[in-house]
Amino acid sequence: MSFLDTLLGRTKPVQPKLDDLFGLPSAAIQLQAATGFIPTGSGSVCFRGVEGKTFGDIQKEVRDLLDMDSGKPGGGLPVEVSRDSYGFTWLVSNHMSDEMDGLVTDLHAVNSSLVDAGFGPQLLCTVVAFADESHRRAALVYLYKRGTFYPFAPLDGQQNRRDNALEIQIKGALAEDLKMEPDLTKWMALWGAPGL
Amino acid sequence: MAARTRYAPDRGLTVRMTATMFLLGLVFVAFVALIIGVMTATHQSGAAIVVVALLLGGGTAFISLFYSDKIALASAGAQVVTPEQAPKLHGIVDRLCALADMDKPLVAIAPASMPNAFATGRNSKHAVLCVTQGLMNQLDDDELEGVLAHELSHVAHKDVQVMTVASLLAIVAGLLVRFAFYSELFGGRRNNNQNAFPIILVIMAVSAVVYAISFLLIRLLSRYRELAADRSGALLTGQPSALISALTKVSQGMNRIPNEDLRAAEPLNAFYFAPAMKLNGGASMSAIFSTHPSLKKRIEELEKIQRQLGEVSPGAKGLR
Repeated sequence: MSFLDTLLGRTKPVQPKLDDLFGLPSAAIQLQAATGFIPTGSGSVCFRGVEGKTFGDIQKEVRDLLDMDSGKPGGGLPVEVSRDSYGFTWLVSNHMSDEMDGLVTDLHAVNSSLVDAGFGPQLLCTVVAFADESHRRAALVYLYKRGTFYPFAPLDGQQNRRDNALEIQIKGALAEDLKMEPDLTKWMALWGAPGL
Repeated sequence: MAARTRYAPDRGLTVRMTATMFLLGLVFVAFVALIIGVMTATHQSGAAIVVVALLLGGGTAFISLFYSDKIALASAGAQVVTPEQAPKLHGIVDRLCALADMDKPLVAIAPASMPNAFATGRNSKHAVLCVTQGLMNQLDDDELEGVLAHELSHVAHKDVQVMTVASLLAIVAGLLVRFAFYSELFGGRRNNNQNAFPIILVIMAVSAVVYAISFLLIRLLSRYRELAADRSGALLTGQPSALISALTKVSQGMNRIPNEDLRAAEPLNAFYFAPAMKLNGGASMSAIFSTHPSLKKRIEELEKIQRQLGEVSPGAKGLR
């Protein structure tokens, strides 16, 4: 924020960065090679809904758009919509494990619809779920405002505990493929994120 | 571009805030010029006194700014809480900070049952966001989010720093008066004994006027900054009505007869009022005091944002 904006108390809402998402498919291959984690085929976009009909209409358009190709090869299942306890909306898109490209296309469709309607600042993050053979779960979280990724690995059976060692390992494995978030304080926990 | 106009800045507010800050600066410059003028007329070194006043006043303001987080937390009896102690509160702040792409402040809870919140700290790295237990009990999650977004906007707008600088002018003005008074009293006696008395009277009268004007201007600036924080907070969450409902609840809570013993609430009241008037004017309080605009005015402004966010094609309608 510029000095003048600060002095005058004008916050400019931060516009999201979208392009880095397309690095996900190749990063998924690298992650499998390095750690054995494969995509579950589930990915979600999380945003803060705006009150009023306009935003609701856009949200419905996005769902219809994503559901158009569901059932077709590569199209995945219909999207699920849920609201978390913080009031944020999650659109979850489910694909087959090897359909990473289709998943990323779906996620991007949500982003660009919101941005085109002028609601880009409402985007919070995108979460793509991974799992390994011993059913450990991990997610790659994309922060729209920073344009960076970070890993989030909730520990099974333990309330609000993260597998920090695994997260660091994933960060190391993907450091060359994706822009990983260097500031660890920005690695926000997403307990109970849908699709994870 | 559509994305820009939906979040267009409020030009009227910008203009009014600029004018207020300009006037505040003008009053200060005029006052310093007057002091120097009077001192020169009475054959004393005015510049040196102004420099000393600036250093002293600046030092006081700087120390209070530097320790603003600790002072405010101690006065409110607040404790910094970890994510484990207050998962919900931290979760909301986490998400708001990620939406706004800003550093996460420390989060603290004060035990008071009065619903209130403030943000303070000398910079974004040392910012503290504090809510009272009463606020958490009385507001639902959406309303709490609205209040937290408002307080985070104060951090983003650096309101503690801005208001410290604004009140610095008043502090220095006050010091100058005192210096002028004493130097007239002790130094001025030697050669122009007969002039000394009226000059002291003039300086005292002018200083009273300057104090009154700058006091009003600082209050005015504070109200504008509250409106700006309301606006940014509502745009951040996209839920102006949640903030409206929170403001209504909080202001009713402020008027309601408290359950708390009056003697227990006393020191807290002192904190909320006194620093708001003096150095820590930027430490934001969600309550409706005179440093804050009226509830009606705040709701009107938020309803404007409601309409703005609801526009179907914001690009076509231009700025509003």
